[in-house]
Amino acid sequence: MAEIKIKINGQEFSAEPNETILQVARRNSIDIPTLCEHSDLDPKASCRLCLVAIEGRKGLFTACSTVIEPGMEITTESEEISRLRKKNLELLFSQHIERCNFCVRSFNCQFLKLAKKYDVDLKKYEDRKLGYPRYRFGPSICFDTSKCIDCRNCVEMCEKQAVGFFDLESHNSFIEVIPSKNPQRDCVYCGQCALHCPTGALTEIDSVMDVEAALEDKNKKVVFQIAPSIRTTLGEEFEMPYGTNVTGKIFAALRKIGAYKAFDVSVAADVTTMEEAGELIERLTQKKILPMFTSCCPAWVKYVEFYAPEFIPNLTTVRSPQTILGGLSKTYFAEKDKIDPKSIVVVSIMPCTAKKYEITRREFDVDGLPPIDYVLTTRELARLFKKRQIDFVNIESEAGDVPWDEPTGAGVIYGASGGVTESAMRTAVYKLSGGQKLKQLEFKNLRGMQQAKEALIDLGDIKLRVAVVNGLGNAKQLLDTIKADPTRYDYVEVMACYGGCIGGGGQPLPTTKEIRHLRAQGLYNIDEVKNERVADESPIIEKLYKEFLTNEEIRHKICHTHYSQKQKENNF
Amino acid sequence: MNDIIEKLKQANLTGRGGAGFPTGLKWESVVRADGDQKYVICNASEGEPNVFKDGFILENYAQDVIDGMVLAMETINATEAYLYLNPNYFEKYENKLKQLIGEKPIKLFKKPHYYIAGEETVICNLIEGKKMEPRQRPPFISTSGLFGCPTLMNNVETFYYASKINKGEYKNTRFYSVNGDVKNPGVYELPETATINEVLKQTDNLPEFEFFAQVGGGAVGEILLGNEMDKPAKGAASITVYNKQTADPFAIMENWADFFLNGNCDKCAPCREGIYRIKEIIKQREIKQNELELLFETLEKASFCALGRGAAAPFRGIINKVLNV
Repeated sequence: MAEIKIKINGQEFSAEPNETILQVARRNSIDIPTLCEHSDLDPKASCRLCLVAIEGRKGLFTACSTVIEPGMEITTESEEISRLRKKNLELLFSQHIERCNFCVRSFNCQFLKLAKKYDVDLKKYEDRKLGYPRYRFGPSICFDTSKCIDCRNCVEMCEKQAVGFFDLESHNSFIEVIPSKNPQRDCVYCGQCALHCPTGALTEIDSVMDVEAALEDKNKKVVFQIAPSIRTTLGEEFEMPYGTNVTGKIFAALRKIGAYKAFDVSVAADVTTMEEAGELIERLTQKKILPMFTSCCPAWVKYVEFYAPEFIPNLTTVRSPQTILGGLSKTYFAEKDKIDPKSIVVVSIMPCTAKKYEITRREFDVDGLPPIDYVLTTRELARLFKKRQIDFVNIESEAGDVPWDEPTGAGVIYGASGGVTESAMRTAVYKLSGGQKLKQLEFKNLRGMQQAKEALIDLGDIKLRVAVVNGLGNAKQLLDTIKADPTRYDYVEVMACYGGCIGGGGQPLPTTKEIRHLRAQGLYNIDEVKNERVADESPIIEKLYKEFLTNEEIRHKICHTHYSQKQKENNF
Repeated sequence: MNDIIEKLKQANLTGRGGAGFPTGLKWESVVRADGDQKYVICNASEGEPNVFKDGFILENYAQDVIDGMVLAMETINATEAYLYLNPNYFEKYENKLKQLIGEKPIKLFKKPHYYIAGEETVICNLIEGKKMEPRQRPPFISTSGLFGCPTLMNNVETFYYASKINKGEYKNTRFYSVNGDVKNPGVYELPETATINEVLKQTDNLPEFEFFAQVGGGAVGEILLGNEMDKPAKGAASITVYNKQTADPFAIMENWADFFLNGNCDKCAPCREGIYRIKEIIKQREIKQNELELLFETLEKASFCALGRGAAAPFRGIINKVLNV
């Protein structure tokens, strides 16, 4: 493709045809302010902050939506542009009630940073949205409409997810975003709205204070457990490079804030893998319902239960890793550690807002106790560390706590789209080959940021047809394909969020395609240097199955579940 | 077939919806655009206050409008057309128009009551069942409009005159909506070169008192003083006369602000929030000139579409000329 030369602020740059001014500027570290722009969404050009001037053209143009042309000379800063950006920001802040102190974004707010840069008087105008309602979507998402600047990113993102839980409604001369009243539409808690909201109007429901209270309670033992994906994302909250492995720092910091134990959910991912591979082989050999769907993504499970209940029998009965580990901590571990399971408070650190919903499923209860007590997102954990003034960047790495300290590489790559499948395939190949060391461990055609992947996997006698999708819109398309051709696939992995959990609704902001790629790469790098890279090779797993998960009944109690069709849960 | 384009060019017909784009050029660009499927849309939104000439044409000359649409369809080779009507006109003329249309592939479409729903890219979105928001341009609708196909959109009056030009009956006239503090409000067909003064005089509407007028639309139209009427009416050619002694400039401005606030799409911050803040200031009945000027500038330079970009001018006009601030 022919290169194009353009000038930005007098300096010449090369660019590809069809690139926008913003893309070229960003690549060359030229800062242009934006709020509504997101690389996952079409340019809407509605916040009007990215205005730039183009030599020889009348008026100003939005950098996010203007495609470059050869010889274009662009000016990104001038007195006029600054004046307009400032006034525009004042107008945007006039509809956003600042509750900065209680905001999940308070340590990392792009909106507030712009206010500082352009000397914006936050109180220039009276708040237009005083008294606007706050909605709670299940236990997962908070929509404070008095902080909404009407960019409609959430509307577009939710439509892309084939969920469509946001409507536009006219109210006192303003067209406003509201949760849908349509009985056929319900939130699945994926949190992609929050991940694409520039102002913190949409956030996770905050559990930081609950966890702090548990930490203060002398009668409680707070057991933290960390998801696979957060080990290569949390560092971003502390300005560390994308994809940095901070597993050991997280364990150290958790101890510092008073953790009784700091466990690794990736260990339970190895359990999920064992159980799921077993179920898949059973379904294949006993000609049961196929394709089998993964179920570790709770937003996907809710999607099936609400939007496509006819596919409920396809979902694997295996519980998600966090649920299995919580159950194991309140049984096996409690017994070994000689503590009362009731005194344990399990706090799960997840990349995900739907995990907050998952822990409210009473069908997961083990001996009358919920496996997990609280879920904090990656962002909430960062806030907790910042509140406690943890010097995260410089803290010495520490190991996790026995017995859930050392996962296999397979358990770590769960955090990237295709990772669950790759882990299950490693185990399936291992089992079917009678426990031989695998020659080829990496299933590279399952990796990557493409939103729909397909593979044919050679399991000896069986040729397994696999589909891997991320993004619920792509999942919907896949379900349509399966409806038309029910025998097309044997195994289907769905993650609700782009790129899998590393792009989860609870992950640091911003989350873009490039950033997701680097986060996933970080996980694959961890896997590559692990001694054990197949769940079956894990000494922890071996011991667990020998000592505790010894029969069908206990395995069912800790590791399996059932699903049911859901009615609309969020009526306002 | 393309000699109609020549005739349109010869007649110097320009769009009568307000923007005044040369009609011949517009038709030609859609003829030249690539695409198997092309559409014609007649825009009968007429959503601005004090403009009512398209209603008058639909009442009296609907056949010529349909003829103009059919002529356009033949010219650009469109298989389908839409007549996009504001809710009022839809109720009033649905039956009559359906009779006139008969078996022709022209569909009626009812516009929502919002003013922005008359903007051409919004019209395309709404017919497609999408959100009521303007689209980014380029692409222009002449190459990528309704359902991404080349689309020819003209105003009711423009189609009317295209038909007249085709029949050799065009006499370089246009339709003027005249109202306000006048004796004979109504719609008048007069030469397009007529000055505002002449229109008022010939319709026996020239006031004897000191007056100002809003010309070219009852919201976005220009504010002119009595001594500035020696030029033709622009835009949608409406003339609304105000008695300078009795008119309340603040009430007029509040009406505009309400109209824009209710009629805009709320997509972009300058228009959604800027107009609201203008209204809040006007309500105080005090002109905070510096603050208003910053809001006007932001509207004019930073809004997404022409609605926001054009909304400041009448406020500025009345503040400078009538309130003499």
